[in-house]
Order: sequence, then C-alpha cells, then structure tokens
Amino acid sequence: MSDLPIKLSHVSFSAAATPILRGIDLVLRAGAPTFLMGPNGSGKTTLLRFLMGLMTPTSGTIEWNGSHDPAPRRRAMVFQHPVLLRRSVAANLLYALEQAGIEKSQQDKNCTQLLELVGLVDLADRPARRLSGGERQKLAFARALARSPELLILDEPTASLDPSATLAIEQLIARAADEGIKIVIASHDLGQARRLAGDIVFLHRGQILETTSAVSFFQRAQTEQAEKFLRGDLIIER
Amino acid sequence: MNEGSGALQLVLSGDPALYNIVRLSLVVSLSAVALAALIGMPLGGLVALTRFPGRALLIVILNAFMGLPPVVVGLAVFLLLSRSGPLGSFGLLFTPTAMVIAQAVLITPIIAALTRQSVEDLWVEYRDELNAMGVKPFARLITLLYDARVALVTVLLAGFGRAAAEVGAVMIVGGNINGFTRVMTTSIALETSKGDLPLAMGLGLILITIVFAINASAWGLRLYAERRIG
Repeated sequence: MSDLPIKLSHVSFSAAATPILRGIDLVLRAGAPTFLMGPNGSGKTTLLRFLMGLMTPTSGTIEWNGSHDPAPRRRAMVFQHPVLLRRSVAANLLYALEQAGIEKSQQDKNCTQLLELVGLVDLADRPARRLSGGERQKLAFARALARSPELLILDEPTASLDPSATLAIEQLIARAADEGIKIVIASHDLGQARRLAGDIVFLHRGQILETTSAVSFFQRAQTEQAEKFLRGDLIIER
Repeated sequence: MNEGSGALQLVLSGDPALYNIVRLSLVVSLSAVALAALIGMPLGGLVALTRFPGRALLIVILNAFMGLPPVVVGLAVFLLLSRSGPLGSFGLLFTPTAMVIAQAVLITPIIAALTRQSVEDLWVEYRDELNAMGVKPFARLITLLYDARVALVTVLLAGFGRAAAEVGAVMIVGGNINGFTRVMTTSIALETSKGDLPLAMGLGLILITIVFAINASAWGLRLYAERRIG
C-alpha cells in the first residue's frame, strides 16, 4: 500500500476567517527531495500538515494514491518541535515500530539498527525528554524512519540546531533520499535547499507562486517575490 | 499533657486491638483506591479522548462530585445495601466490603476528574505525533494513561487522602462494630465522644503519620520519576 502520489486539488484553508492557504494545486511523486520555501507565515507548515493528513482543508480535496483516507500508511513526519514520549530513547523507537505494525520478533533488531543509524546507541536507556536539541531531532528522525516510510515530511528539521547537529541531520536526510524515500521539507534555509533540494515549491501568502526544479529556481526565479526571497530581502507578510 | 503521654504509650505499646483498627483502615482505604482507580482512570481517559453529546455535562458532574459529602455517599450506599434495598440480598451492610464500596463511590469521581484533566492536557501535547504514527483510539488511551503515570500517582494520592480521612461513609455503612468494621476515623469519633482522649489522640497520631508517610514516598517517587522520565 502506497501513499504516493499525493494530489492536492484547489486546497484552501482558513482559520478564523483568515486565509492560510489559497487554491493549492500540487502533485507530489517519488523522486528527489522537494523543498517548500517561503517566508514565515507563507503556509509551509499548514501545507505539510495537509500532506500528512493531520488537518482537513476548508475546501478542496487531497488524495493519497487515489484514496481520501487520511490515515498514514507509508508516510511519516518530523515536527519542528518533536514531542517525545516520556520513556527511554529505545522505548520511543520500539513504540513507533509497534504502531507501524512491525512484528515483535523484528522490533529489537530494527531498534538497534535505527539507533546505530542516528548515532544514539549509547543513549538508548536515557529518558528521551532529557536529550539535547540535536539528539531529540535525531531520535525524532529515527522514529519517523521506524515506519519505513516512502514519504518523509520534515518541518524545519534543523531550525534550532548548531552546525554540527545540522550537518548530521542533513546527512541523514541525504541518505534517506538516496534510499528512495521521498522527502518533503519546509525550510527557509537557502543553503540547505541548495545542498539537498531536487525541486522547489515557493509559497507566498498561502499561494504557490512557483513549482520548479531547484536548479532553475536558484538560477532564475520566475516571480518578483521569489527573487526577493533569494536575495535575502525581508518579505513582510500582511 | 497526661492524655498526650497516654496516647504515645498506647501507640508504642503495640496494643493488638489498636493495630487491628489501623490494619482495617489501610485495607479498606487502599482497596477503595484500587477499585476506584480501576473504574475512574479508564473513565477519565475515555472522557478526555472522546466527544459525545452531554460530555460537558458529564465533566461538570464529575468535577462537582469531587466534593461529595461522605455522609451522603454513606446514606446512598446504605440504602442500596440495606435488607430492603436493591442489593440487599448480598448481605453486605455492616461489613468491610460495604465500607470499601462506599469509599470507592466517594473517590471514583475524584480519580476520574483528575485523570481526565491530566490525560486531556497530555493529549494536546501528543495529538499530532500520535496521529502521525497512526495510533488507534484504544492504543491512544493506553499510551496517554501510561505517559501520564507520574501525574496519576498524585491522583491516586488525592483519592487515598480523601478515603483515609473520611468518617461519615464508613460509619454509616460499616456501623463501627468493634473488632469487625471499626477503623481509625470512626474510633476517633467514638472515643472522643466517650471521653477516652488518649486512644483518640493515639489513633489520630497514627493516621496523620500514615498519611504523611504515604505522601512522602509518593513525592519521592515523583522526584525520582521526573529525573528518570523527564
């Protein structure tokens, strides 16, 4: 059972009469990482939550491989501020494996592999809520991979991390993408997008202004807003 | 002052009748807490996680029933269990079982209401993550009850404190029968009215010590858990 492609048709969302997203048409297929870019308040996080099926649009439809059922099958999400369970690091992973329907006999082995992948083996018995910011993000990443996703949704995965933790997370992202996992990242980190993105969806005031390959986006953006964004001008949302 | 030293002597002498009273008090109140937790915690969790017509009313009722007067609970259970009552055929009136039932009725709303609050707060925090992991409703309830475990220890304490301290309910349904249904609070009431102040004070001393010890160990457990669990 696959979740891809995801098809959004005319998706709009308003909160208390304030439009957050307007007329979003987007199809996401397997392939290189897609970056949702745009200033704060442009609707990136909301769009990710729709992709994950955590919210219902005010109007428009979302289809996961032709199905309207929002229950996640082969997709996972790492939130900007991941909430870890009040258990040990290993127990957090075992929980995710259990919920993903991994067989009991496999869980311990998968858990160890994931801990090795993100470099948290030595912290396996630590309470997860006592980890540092970078360690938390790694554990949240491992927990998302526990679902063996084909789509991995990341919301500002390195926003509050120092450079070494950022590098570690970016390496994990690149590795996951190499293994064929479709990555969708909300970010306003241009450097990160240059390093990782296959294509770019540029959002501005809740609308998609550009959907293009990363190469052409960085060479020649099509809209004035994207140009400004690339130049690093402050785009003030109203 | 005479009464005070008399009380202390009584406590230290290890008088078997006295310790039977203490033992029964603990057995009754701890059983009531266990029974109330068995009902109140899943109930509170369910109310926290489900939406149904009349939910707001149920929450108001649970919260209001946290302050149920023990004598009224005692009377209600008395009417249920008395010979002519609907459950009279079980012959439970004036037995320790009746006392357990009455205290459980008294504290189930406390445990349910406080559990609901803890679970609901945690659900707000966990909702997105659990939904993203595709956690089913029943597993959700178990997860939240488990992850709220530190807070739920305090909830149990609140229930135990209420059960151990009340007189009215156990007096009415237990009858304060010497050697059978006499507990600390009912004997304190009786001995005070009889004028046997040393015994009343001795029992009061023990009651306070027990409540203090249980709270202290629960607090220690909480500190330990917060360090371990975060």
